[in-house]
Amino acid sequence: MKEYAYYPGCSLEKMAVSYHLSAVETTGKLGIKLKELEDWSCCGATAYSGIDELLSHTLSARNLAIAEKTGLDFVAPCSACYKNMYFTAVHMRKDADLAEHINFALEEDNLHFSGNVTVRHLIEVYVNEVGLEEIKSKVTRPLEGVRVAPYYGCQIMRPRKDHEDVEQPQFFEELLAAIGAMPINYPLKMRCCGGSLIISSRTAALSMVRNLLQSAVDGQADVIATTCPMCQVNLECYQQQVNQEFGTNFSVPVLYFTQLIGLAFGITPKKLGMGKEFVALAPSLLAAGKANPAHSKP
Amino acid sequence: MTETITFRQEVLNLLHASEGNPINFCIQCGTCSGTCPVAGFMDHSPRQIIAMINAGMKEEVMNSNTFWYCASCYHCTVRCPQEINITGLMYAMKRYSIWKGKYKEGLIGPTFSEAFVKMIVRTGRSFEPVLAPSYIFSFNMRGFLQEVQNATELMLKGRLPLLPARIKRLEKFRSVIGRIIPMGGLE
Repeated sequence: MKEYAYYPGCSLEKMAVSYHLSAVETTGKLGIKLKELEDWSCCGATAYSGIDELLSHTLSARNLAIAEKTGLDFVAPCSACYKNMYFTAVHMRKDADLAEHINFALEEDNLHFSGNVTVRHLIEVYVNEVGLEEIKSKVTRPLEGVRVAPYYGCQIMRPRKDHEDVEQPQFFEELLAAIGAMPINYPLKMRCCGGSLIISSRTAALSMVRNLLQSAVDGQADVIATTCPMCQVNLECYQQQVNQEFGTNFSVPVLYFTQLIGLAFGITPKKLGMGKEFVALAPSLLAAGKANPAHSKP
Repeated sequence: MTETITFRQEVLNLLHASEGNPINFCIQCGTCSGTCPVAGFMDHSPRQIIAMINAGMKEEVMNSNTFWYCASCYHCTVRCPQEINITGLMYAMKRYSIWKGKYKEGLIGPTFSEAFVKMIVRTGRSFEPVLAPSYIFSFNMRGFLQEVQNATELMLKGRLPLLPARIKRLEKFRSVIGRIIPMGGLE
């Protein structure tokens, strides 16, 4: 059984508890243990970097240092946590002065980060670590006929880490195909959901959410799949506000990719945290495995 | 004799430690503005704000909402043909404006970011309900009511924490922070 140093991040404690539950359930089926990082603290989201860059790196480094002690790979389900941790590790490896300053501060908590931690986003564990063939072999109820909009969002792909394709990646589509679903192609899959602008620049963010929902609906999505709690909240919980502001009539469920994998693995919806949605799920989706009548015929 | 540093130089210095090329590499191609999903809501597009910084238009830049409207999606950054870290620049401008205490009136971003950091320094983890007062009173009545409705629904669905989570080694955590920035301003 492979273990990971699991960093749930603040959202998964409550707001996105269904992401946490479905991550634990589905990785369990794949022989993986997500071992919660001892006494983890906030990654700083996008707010710290607007206040103090060094503080932002230090708080990420505290978590990386705790993970380093375990000797396990670090895994974050939230795209923003992942991006922060990944780049703090990169900067500290490259910049000895920065690392020295941060480690001086970490001494106060008897911690030290030497840079020897691999930081992964949760979806990488499924796609690259476990692999699609293995996932396919665990599917008992393929999501046949379910049209899913793979929503990558921003921070799992951007900024670019190496030379990977950040414009048209395909791994999310491949993952959805592996569980029998039909990934749709829609132009805004890499577009931003607005993130924390939903609070600080509401009009702008609601308009961004509207465009995304429209794009997914135009592609006839039954459900949008996300990899980030912030994206999920913006796209789902603010749908009603979008409808009120723009006179639209959106009603698209937005699930975590782990919840869809869970359904395909035959795990009960309740164990996957379903029932906490703002937008009701179609019974056909919950009865995954049975073809969705709306789309079963060409 | 004291040497005065230009606004442009100040901004270049802010970016000294970050990735990417300095902003005087900008060729004004507009790829950033064409890519930015928020550009339509900004006082000045990313391309314009870079030109304005390079032209030394400090007052106009500081009074612009542009960097506080940056969602940090890095779309401009991955596309910039001159490899300027434009998102990094937006963060740097946010810090500069907080540091100088100078930003466009009516923006929620600066107070929200400060409230967020203070919250983390107090408990080590995020707890959404304490953040609400930093922004909700800036909303118009309709936005206010919609936000209250959303919060109520989240609570009913069991998605809103009622008690703040606290990390165990909070005192040590705060000592770590104390070695980075003076705590006085954050209490």
